[in-house]
Amino acid sequence: DQVFHIVPETFQQVQHLQRLCSTLLLDLWKPQLPEDILAGEDLHIRVPAPLVQEVKDDLDHHMISYKVLIPDVQELVDQSMPNERSSHRQLPEGYVYTQYHPMEEIYQWMTQIQNNSELVTQHYLGKTIENRTMYYLQISQPSDKAKKIIWMDCGIHAREWISPAFCQWFVKEILQNYKSDPKISRFLQNLDLYVLPVLNIDGYIYSWEKDRLWRKNRSPHRNGTCYGTDLNRNFNSSWGSVGVSYNCSSEIFCGSGPESEPETRAVAQFIKRKKSDILCYLTIHSYGQYILTPYGSTTKPPSNSEELMHVAEKAAAALMGKYGTSYEVGSTSLILYNNSGSSRDWAHMIGIPFSYTFELRDNGTHGFVLPADQIQPTCEETM
Amino acid sequence: AAMELQPSHGLASRAATLATAYLCYRRGSPGRALALRSIRRARREDIDDVGHKYHLELVLEDVPDKDSTINCTAEVLYHLGSKNVAPDVQFTLEGELKNTDEADDVFYNQIRSLEKELVAENIPDSHGNVPPEMEPIRRLAWVASGYVIWQNSTENTKFHLAQIKRVKQMKRSDEYLEFDYTILLHEMVSQEIIPWQMTVLWHPHHGVQVTRDSRQPKHTLE
Repeated sequence: DQVFHIVPETFQQVQHLQRLCSTLLLDLWKPQLPEDILAGEDLHIRVPAPLVQEVKDDLDHHMISYKVLIPDVQELVDQSMPNERSSHRQLPEGYVYTQYHPMEEIYQWMTQIQNNSELVTQHYLGKTIENRTMYYLQISQPSDKAKKIIWMDCGIHAREWISPAFCQWFVKEILQNYKSDPKISRFLQNLDLYVLPVLNIDGYIYSWEKDRLWRKNRSPHRNGTCYGTDLNRNFNSSWGSVGVSYNCSSEIFCGSGPESEPETRAVAQFIKRKKSDILCYLTIHSYGQYILTPYGSTTKPPSNSEELMHVAEKAAAALMGKYGTSYEVGSTSLILYNNSGSSRDWAHMIGIPFSYTFELRDNGTHGFVLPADQIQPTCEETM
Repeated sequence: AAMELQPSHGLASRAATLATAYLCYRRGSPGRALALRSIRRARREDIDDVGHKYHLELVLEDVPDKDSTINCTAEVLYHLGSKNVAPDVQFTLEGELKNTDEADDVFYNQIRSLEKELVAENIPDSHGNVPPEMEPIRRLAWVASGYVIWQNSTENTKFHLAQIKRVKQMKRSDEYLEFDYTILLHEMVSQEIIPWQMTVLWHPHHGVQVTRDSRQPKHTLE
């Protein structure tokens, strides 16, 4: 359907338009009634799609000029409808894992997940630069055995929305299936899972509200004229040496010093405390489809390089088995670029043997703005 | 002397991304864009006083028809020293690309019959959605960005089109369609998001041309 804008010039034109409207039963938007159509005044008529051509021909034939004010009424209607998302906001039962969620919903989700499950507890990790609280979820089967830990963090870079989506999916999968899936239940007998769904909370919120492609955190520099440190260049692993910028306006600004950012400190302090029990450190990013091993700062391989690669290659093969998605495996310095101060390198350097960065879908076609309909397959294959 | 590279090697993937962008520019249309599926083989040759040449064997896929793939060999020469010279790219496709004449004609007629010039923003939107009628506009941006990427690539860059910020159709008195795009390019090594303006001309059977392009300052995003 289209809406036409006409300014009738003569009385004859007015009469003709009045006849046209009543004969074809056209929907008058302005004025309300045919008798109020006046020469020199705006006329807006909605013409149903099947009649559009006929009306245009008629107007042309009568030398009445018109403009199409709205070329597609349905499109406007669709755009103005409230999102169906809002009805799913509340409960984890209704929580839609195949859509991206803003931070307030993720906070609510964490609280509800904790309340609904005996395995999950929510814990305070620290505060962001804008004073928001960072929480991680501990998934732990009660037992008298001391268990080793697998740590996974998501959302260190704000624009990589698929990453927090994956962390949420991961938690849901574990909780839905730990009783029925023997692999998961055996896993949980021996290991605790610690999941940080959004590390860079301020940045994530900023990417929802202001700039979808924001990457860093929101720490102010140069008297508030420049914002953001790249948290994945801010860890104390060859900090500031390579693959960074010392300029705040860069996306890879490493900060004013190692662990200068509260978000970095919150994670680092926790991991340092628990490090003798942490078996594996995972950090989830996008895009690129890689499983990356240490290091970024040097091409010299880590001490347990063979084992690291072997495990990663098995993971990539399993991943490919699901939907055929291919992931490349290797060290950041060889596959991508040099960088220093990454969380993954730091974790390995302090002694955590298995330390990996996952770069999820895709290959660049959609990049950071991965459509929500790819959340499910991405998460399923990564699981 | 040519050195074999692991297909996953960073330098190979940068050259492959560039070759794909160039190829997409030369062969693409609103009905067809091409993306890199995988690198089968990569070799690097250092040519004294000339530059670095990459010999690549690639598998490309059709966007949106991801099941449709085509093999390709390409050579990318990055010139030594001069920053203002675009790399040389040669390629050979194994086999025929799908014919998109019909889809192109449909799109062409749709745009020609619009009452008002087309204007749109944020393709895709934040959630990755693209309205179906905008898919050809998006593919056209992909194809045209191939030119910009080719002209501005070095061995230390890897560009992808991140998003179309704004597109505006420009009125023309001839048969061509003209669009003024502001796109956002993502550069992988620096992680920068770079706004870029490009003026794109197209006519079915005539290929895509970028007649003007310029890098924009960062605060264009506000």
